[in-house]
Amino acid sequence: MGGNRRVEIEEIGDVTVAKFVDKKILDETNIQVIGNQLFGLVDEEGRDKIVLDFENVEYLSSAALGKLITMDKKVKAAKGKLRLCSIKPEIYEVFAITKLNKLFDMKSDREEALVNL
Amino acid sequence: MPRNATFAQDANLCDVGHSSERSEHKYIAERLSHASMASIVEFQVTIPSDTGEAQAVQERIIEAMEKYEYSPRDLFSVRLALEEALTNSIKHGNGMDPARTVAIECEITPDRMHVAIEDEGDGFNPDDVPDPTAEENLERPCGRGLMLIRTYMSQVRFNDRGNRVILEKERSRPDRD
Repeated sequence: MGGNRRVEIEEIGDVTVAKFVDKKILDETNIQVIGNQLFGLVDEEGRDKIVLDFENVEYLSSAALGKLITMDKKVKAAKGKLRLCSIKPEIYEVFAITKLNKLFDMKSDREEALVNL
Repeated sequence: MPRNATFAQDANLCDVGHSSERSEHKYIAERLSHASMASIVEFQVTIPSDTGEAQAVQERIIEAMEKYEYSPRDLFSVRLALEEALTNSIKHGNGMDPARTVAIECEITPDRMHVAIEDEGDGFNPDDVPDPTAEENLERPCGRGLMLIRTYMSQVRFNDRGNRVILEKERSRPDRD
């Protein structure tokens, strides 16, 4: 099996870019693994500038939104910055319906997300 | 299964049919009757409280909708709503208890997707679910599933006990310009 990493991590300068591997972030177990991997970036590795890249993501459930909210809180508590980027329009709509577009700092692509982070 | 049936029919008719005009007509008639018979997909299934099993049911419904060429947006809406509703039943309704089941009844036509999902929990009052978009709830990591279901479905109904939900999605028509 190809391991259970559901997020690819890349360092760009002092910023950590975490890109979701899956097209669908729906399955409970998957969401748990993703959450733990993301939280580890803050809790264990002490990273404080993080970009989440949604380029691959086509489906997202409310359970996944829950993990993102917790992640946002963790980064804010650590006085860091979190940005979301490359979100497809139908996924953006899910954020907009739940008004989470007000909570998250969202950028259209990775380049934009890296500016002044 | 209907697809296999078509193949079997085609093969049969090809064998007998060759060149006669009559069998050509018969072929068309059979194809038409097959098409009208196939214009509804319905099934009932009871699954244990397991999200993997729920995924399989979701796929079955999506497959039927793909067969009827629903738009990608309709498929997105139904997938999302089913995911949320089935997860609610399994997690909140049945409390992930493997001894409890979720019953699903589904009917899909070219115009409409209708599904009833019933768990064995005590039920809930949908009016008690706090508004997840209220300022004070915005950072709470739960309560968004029901809101997404309501937004993406044409109609959502609960029974009095609140352990059965009916979701309906009308086929969206492309806007005329």
